[in-house]
Amino acid sequence: MVSDTLLAVENLTTVFDVRPTPVVAVNDVSFEIRKGETLGLVGESGSGKSVTAFSLIRLVQSPGRVAGGKVIFQGRDLLATSEPEMRHVRGAGIGFVFQEPMAALNPVMRVGAHIAEALIVHGLASKSDARARAVELLRAVLITDPEKRVDDYPHQLSGGMRQRVMMAVALACKPPLVIADEPTTALDVTVQAQILDLLRDMKREFDLSLLLITHDLGVIAETADRVAVMYAGRIVEQGTVREIFHDPMHPYTRGLLASIPGGGAGSRLKAIDGTVPNLASLPPGCSFAPRCPARMAVCDTAFPPVTAIDREHTVRCYLHTSPDPGARIPEPAGTAR
Amino acid sequence: MALVEVRNLVKHFERGGGLLRAKTVVKAVDDVSFSVEEGETFALVGESGSGKSTTGRCMLRLVEPTSGEVRFRGENVLGFSSARMRAARRDMQMVFQDPYSSLNPRMRAFTIVEEPLVIHGIGTRTGRRSRVADLFQLVGLDPAHLDRYPHEFSGGQRQRIGLARALALNPSFIIADEPVSALDVSIQAQVINLLMDLQEQLKLTYLFIAHDLRLVRHISSRVAVMYLGRIVEMGKTAEIFENAQHAYTKALLSAVPAPDPDAPRARIELDPALVNHDAPLRRIAEGHFAAV
Repeated sequence: MVSDTLLAVENLTTVFDVRPTPVVAVNDVSFEIRKGETLGLVGESGSGKSVTAFSLIRLVQSPGRVAGGKVIFQGRDLLATSEPEMRHVRGAGIGFVFQEPMAALNPVMRVGAHIAEALIVHGLASKSDARARAVELLRAVLITDPEKRVDDYPHQLSGGMRQRVMMAVALACKPPLVIADEPTTALDVTVQAQILDLLRDMKREFDLSLLLITHDLGVIAETADRVAVMYAGRIVEQGTVREIFHDPMHPYTRGLLASIPGGGAGSRLKAIDGTVPNLASLPPGCSFAPRCPARMAVCDTAFPPVTAIDREHTVRCYLHTSPDPGARIPEPAGTAR
Repeated sequence: MALVEVRNLVKHFERGGGLLRAKTVVKAVDDVSFSVEEGETFALVGESGSGKSTTGRCMLRLVEPTSGEVRFRGENVLGFSSARMRAARRDMQMVFQDPYSSLNPRMRAFTIVEEPLVIHGIGTRTGRRSRVADLFQLVGLDPAHLDRYPHEFSGGQRQRIGLARALALNPSFIIADEPVSALDVSIQAQVINLLMDLQEQLKLTYLFIAHDLRLVRHISSRVAVMYLGRIVEMGKTAEIFENAQHAYTKALLSAVPAPDPDAPRARIELDPALVNHDAPLRRIAEGHFAAV
């Protein structure tokens, strides 16, 4: 593995033990995040992108559980780390920005207290200087009048400001990695633009790596260096942002890009037929096969293996299973359903 | 000919007010005028709090406007008695944003779509059943699923149920308030295509309320941009997108992230202090107005 890898996820599988059949929400997912880069994890609702994020920091709620794989962060496997140590990793190692800042912030705690708590818990500030640090962080995320805002309650802030506060909390302990789960989805487009700009600036200033989870391909195109596309619990395509947007290989990626309005006004949009599958009753072969315009007989046999298209670009689709066995990455044993 | 004409529509909400505190007035819709031509799709765009949804609701009198006129086929519906208004609503229907909360979870899909027919005393029991089955087919649902409950349908299918319900009374005018914003990208396109097909087939006129400018550009013939309760710019869709005049329109257009990593990023920030909120709409070009 290259030395600049910050996080390496290997064959991560997360299962929800529900009746009548357990649901595999994250299925054999592998990716890495390098120092200083933004990996965009894109998918529709139910694709498993948020569960992936929660699995990384071991916050999957019961009946969900991480059933297998490795999450190597700064050289150690987080799935084999003790809970007290994990508590240190969360916040100091990996910061988190959630979609709904109102739900993530405590309504009876002042803005400053959220930031101070993070600093004090991780032993990075004493009670007396936590407030000054909080003001500094609020200033860093471009909140005007931070000396006053530090004493506000979350409900006194606009949605965009709350998301800035979330970022200040996430950045408080200067974690090398921040996971942002749909950070702009609940925001207006002009506020979204400001938050995306801020994320970019923070990334540079704090020397961060970013895992950006979103369903919005526009946000991905603007922000990500590399992209992983998830469908029904699996990563079906991965590559640099240019490879994914200019040379998509998987019919699902192609369909997603084609369904974005933008062509001739009034023309029919190129929709993907059918609906997102129910994870409890996935087809035996490729989960996208029932909706796929290029479906072949082989697609219904087993989930396609990973094919390497280029150094960064991989895809799981029988259209691209390479005739050259040397170019093909063998499927890890025991991952077929 | 204009099917719907909105003139000087105003909706003020009073807020707060107590023993010692004065009431504050929120001007949700502040002197809004526009008209929707027969057969076109007219889009109202803006961000949360711009007043676009309230404008739509006022037009159907789901909330009572403070003042103004809403002329439908030449008649001011704001002067209608409640009985007359009920009859008028047969011709003006609404499709809501959230297909999860806008359908009664305890009612079967059939009952949800049938309800407007029952309320307006249309058809017999069996006649309504076959009408609802036809409506199901029209919006791309399987009539075999008539007796299912909303939770048994996907988000896109639920939005189709909402659409079938809106179409039950053969309206000519539909207000669609963010009809696809709660749906996944791959499903959005299906519903948008359906809306466009239905418009052609049934000669519908749409007022499309949305914040997604890419979608608006695709579906609408004309656009009005709302900002803080006012229309700040209005015109043919292509004209607005290519020749925006108002600072807010420019900021809004530049904020939309392009689905292309190589697209030039030229973000225009809006300085609210520089927006003259009292500027009247001025003619820029044929059919293009801006409050500059």
